[in-house]
Order: sequence, then C-alpha cells, then structure tokens
Amino acid sequence: MRKTSVEELKQLAIQMRQTALTMIYKAQSGHPGGSLSAADLMTALYFRELNVDPNNPTWEDRDRFVLSKGHACPIQYAALALRGFVPYETIYTLREYGSPFQGHPDMKKCPGIDISTGSLGQGLSCAVGMAIAGKRDQKDYRVFCLLGDGECQEGQIWEAVQTAVKYQLDNLFIFVDYNNLQIDGFCDEVMPLLDLEKKFEAFGCETRYINGHSMEEIVETLDEITVNKNGKPKCVILETVKGKGVSYMENVAEWHGIAPNDEEYERAMEEIARGLQ
Amino acid sequence: MSILEKDLVVKKATREAFGDEIVKLGKENKNIYVIDVDIAKSCKTTKFIKELPNQHINVGIAEQNAAGLAAGLATTGKIPFVSTYAVFGSLRMAEQIRQEICYPNLNVKIACSHGGLTPANDGGSHQAIEDMGVLRTFPNMTVVMGADYYSTRKLVEQAANMYGPVYLRFTRDAVPIIYDEHEEFIIGKAKKINDGEDIAIIANGDTVCLAIEATKQLEAKGVSVKLFDMHTIKPLDREAVMECIKIGKIITVEDHNILNGLGSAVCEVVAEEGKGIVRRIGVQDQFGQSAPYQKLLALNGITVENIVQTAFGLLQK
Repeated sequence: MRKTSVEELKQLAIQMRQTALTMIYKAQSGHPGGSLSAADLMTALYFRELNVDPNNPTWEDRDRFVLSKGHACPIQYAALALRGFVPYETIYTLREYGSPFQGHPDMKKCPGIDISTGSLGQGLSCAVGMAIAGKRDQKDYRVFCLLGDGECQEGQIWEAVQTAVKYQLDNLFIFVDYNNLQIDGFCDEVMPLLDLEKKFEAFGCETRYINGHSMEEIVETLDEITVNKNGKPKCVILETVKGKGVSYMENVAEWHGIAPNDEEYERAMEEIARGLQ
Repeated sequence: MSILEKDLVVKKATREAFGDEIVKLGKENKNIYVIDVDIAKSCKTTKFIKELPNQHINVGIAEQNAAGLAAGLATTGKIPFVSTYAVFGSLRMAEQIRQEICYPNLNVKIACSHGGLTPANDGGSHQAIEDMGVLRTFPNMTVVMGADYYSTRKLVEQAANMYGPVYLRFTRDAVPIIYDEHEEFIIGKAKKINDGEDIAIIANGDTVCLAIEATKQLEAKGVSVKLFDMHTIKPLDREAVMECIKIGKIITVEDHNILNGLGSAVCEVVAEEGKGIVRRIGVQDQFGQSAPYQKLLALNGITVENIVQTAFGLLQK
C-alpha cells in the first residue's frame, strides 16, 4: 500500500486544523489549544500510520489509538470525519445531545474510539492492557497513545510506563504533546516536568525528542520506531506549540478550553490555510 | 435438611472460594485474566499464577493502573478480574472504575478480599466499611458478597459468565459453610433461607451466619422469621424486599457501614412503598481499629444477641 507523502500530509493537516476549529466554533465549546498542538502528529497517524478500517471500526486486528488527553478530541474527531468513520456533517454536532462527538471521547457512542477517556492520567493504562492482549494473542496490531504534557503530572502515567517496560511492549507507541501549557499556565510554573525524555528513558522506554510540527521529522520518526522490535515500548516527546497555526491562540493558556467568536474564527481559518505557504 | 438444622461448624474464608473458582474458570475460558497488585498470596491467586501464567499480570503496587489496564484488556474481549483488598479495590481505584470500566460498560470484575471488618487485626486502615456503598452508586456496576465458601464460588462463576462490571467482596477470615456444594445462586436473586411471618431479616456476607443463629433462637422462642441472604445489593432483589414489606418489620444485617450499604438499599424500597419499619444493624458510621474480628462486630452491635433483641423490640411496635 502506498504511504501518504509528507506533502500530502501537510495539506491534510490544514484540513484537520480547520475541521477541528470549525466544530469548536459551531459548538461554541471545546478545547482548541491542545487540539491544534497535536494536529500534525494526529494527521500522520490517521492518514499514514494507523492500520484501521473506517468500514469496520471494531476489526479485531486493527491498530488501536488511545487519546489519553481526551479533551483534545476535536482533532481526533476531525480525523474520524475526514477518514469516513462518521459522516463529515457530524462535525456540526460536537457536544450536542445524542452526538457521537461527545465532549470527551466515548467509545459507546462514536465509531473509531477504542476507549473512552477524559479523566487525565488514565489512558496509558488502557493502552498497556490492549498491548498486552495483543502480545498474548500473538496479534500484529499496534497500540498508539497520545498523552498531554500536563497529564504526565499524574502518578498513574508512571505506573503504566513501568508495566509497559516490564511486559516488553514493543507494540506500544507513546507520544507526549509537549506544548508546555496547561490550564493554570506554563507547566514549568504549575508543576515542572523537567526532562520528559530522560524520565521516560529512565523508566525503560526507547525515546525520541522531535519537533512536533515538522511533518518530515514526524514521518521519519514513525518510520524508524515502528520497525524496531527490541522489546522496548517507544516514547516520542513532541515539542509543540499550544494553539499552533492560529497566531492569537499560540502559547496562550486561555485558549485551552474556549471557542472563537465569528471574527476570531474567520481569522483562524484564514491563518491556518495560509500557514502552508 | 434445612439450613437452620445444620451445625455451622466447618469454616472457610470466602477469599479461598475466589482462589479456587478462578482457576477452574481460567482453565475453561482462556479469556479469563487475573490482574494482581502484589498481594496474590493473600488474595489466593497463587494457584492461578502457577497453572495459568499466560492469563496473569502482576502490576505491583499500582491499583489505579490495574483498573485501567483491565479496561484495555476488556476492549479486546478478555474478562479480567482485578484482585486486591476491598479498601483499595473500591476507593484507590474508584475513579478508574468509574471512568474506564463503568462509563464504557466494560466486562471487568473487581474481586476483593478483606471485606468489611474481616481484616480485623490490620486495623481501621484496612477494614473496608464503605466499599459496597461507593460501588453501588456507579451506573452499570453490580455489587455482590457471598455468605460462605460455596455460594461465593457460584457467584464468582456467575460474575464471569455475565457481561458487565461486577464488584465481588470476600472475607479475609474463615466464615461458616452454610450451603450445600450444589446449591445454585443467581446474581440479583436473594436466597431465602427461612420462611416466616412475624419478622423479616435480610443479611449478607459474613453476617448471614449470625442472622441464621438469631433466626434459630427467635424461632425457638416462637417467633416466625423470614430470612434472606441478599448476596447482591445491586441490582437489589426488589421482589424479596416486597415479600418482607408484607410482614412490615424488617431487620437488615451487614458487615458494612449502615450508610449506603444493604440497609440503605432496603430502606430505599421500603420508603418508596411507604410501608414497613426497618432497623439497620451494621457498622455504626465509625472507623474500626485493631482487635479480634468478633470484638469489632460486637462494638458495632453486629451480634446474634443484638439481632434477637432488635427483633423483639420491633415486635412490640
């Protein structure tokens, strides 16, 4: 199967960002900041890496994806809508009664969601469970899990990493969206995370630190880590910018969980489109 | 032979029932997994580890992770039993059970030894007096405690065979064997131990044997007692409670805080029906301490004498 090229992924990342912002704008509620910082990785995963089937979302051999930072679901919903897991129009129902696009991911309501998340710190444990099952059942599927940086302040993350290392889960791929912002401000001020790469490495993961907005680096990293069956879980720290792609949202903690107004939305859509050049 | 005629002398802890039954279930069904948190010996899963290592995971002292991991396993069709102590299995991992197991309604079982005051000499930190009440308020959760070794084995089997989250609570200490090995138990259906018409007693777990003894004494004094073993407090067997409401005088007995456990669950039905009086015997909304198990029960009035006395008090009403 031909893999989506870096150039194509860059184009798709624009659509991903616009789709996520459109759903938040329409709902007048949701989390733009962390959706935009994760957009490039999510594009690469959903349009190049993940072996999933929109027509058979519960296919038992599919790759799993766990959005542990569940509040960034608009960017995952954008991927699911663009890949055809749900009709594209679903994006206009975010956070509405009866919508598959709940405020935080709900596996019972939305096809393509492998586990419900929303309470931070818990998703990686679920991913570890899925990866152990894959190993024990001698399946080839892989498990991808995206963590927020602030979320790594939760102790359970480290409980889960320990387990992933103990059970030699080289079918598990952990990503940290290191945008250095959380609700109350910069992570460095709220609760310093220090050197996340060293931390994951000390716990026994094989780690990488990359520019989370360079599609070239993301693709190259995915290509490398997914072939390395060395008994170690892989962890990629992605240096990112919260709100990436929209000038007035970039690096502003307040844009963690608010929606743009008419004017802001128009400007955002324009800036995102222009960002390509 | 009626249970009331039996001498309840042979004793066995219900955590042993879990340890024995889970091996049988694991051999029959390769999807049954046990997740331990460093207390396998005490939770009686060592036989499972030895015989079914490929279906076993030990995450160390990390209960929250155990619950989340179980949820992940369940999404792939496994039937994980997280095995720990009741204080941790209900409270340390309460939010993980809510978010990752009950909210998505995944097929995970929480199997907990050291229920109620049974870890007596470990002290108040280890006595789980609020666990069933907490778990009862999570949508999709079923809450069960068997009264003896054989009923617990059957209830563990039922839990494995039904879909959805189940909280199972066992005793640390040995409790009398009440039932015959072949007696059938259904989750959600109370076991009627004795039929009567003057007063109704509804007990569960390790207090059922006390309720049986109290029933014997009351019957000997000419009081006709209806006695239920309400092993499942959620879903509560409403029909059984309705039968008791017809009598109108009900005593509940539990090794759990009188708040939000069996007594509260029964009171909810009685209040909705607007008929009947309930007296709740159980832990008196206070923490325990290190002491012999019987002493701790006595400090809370969870005794045969108090059940009998409470019955006579109610009969005066």
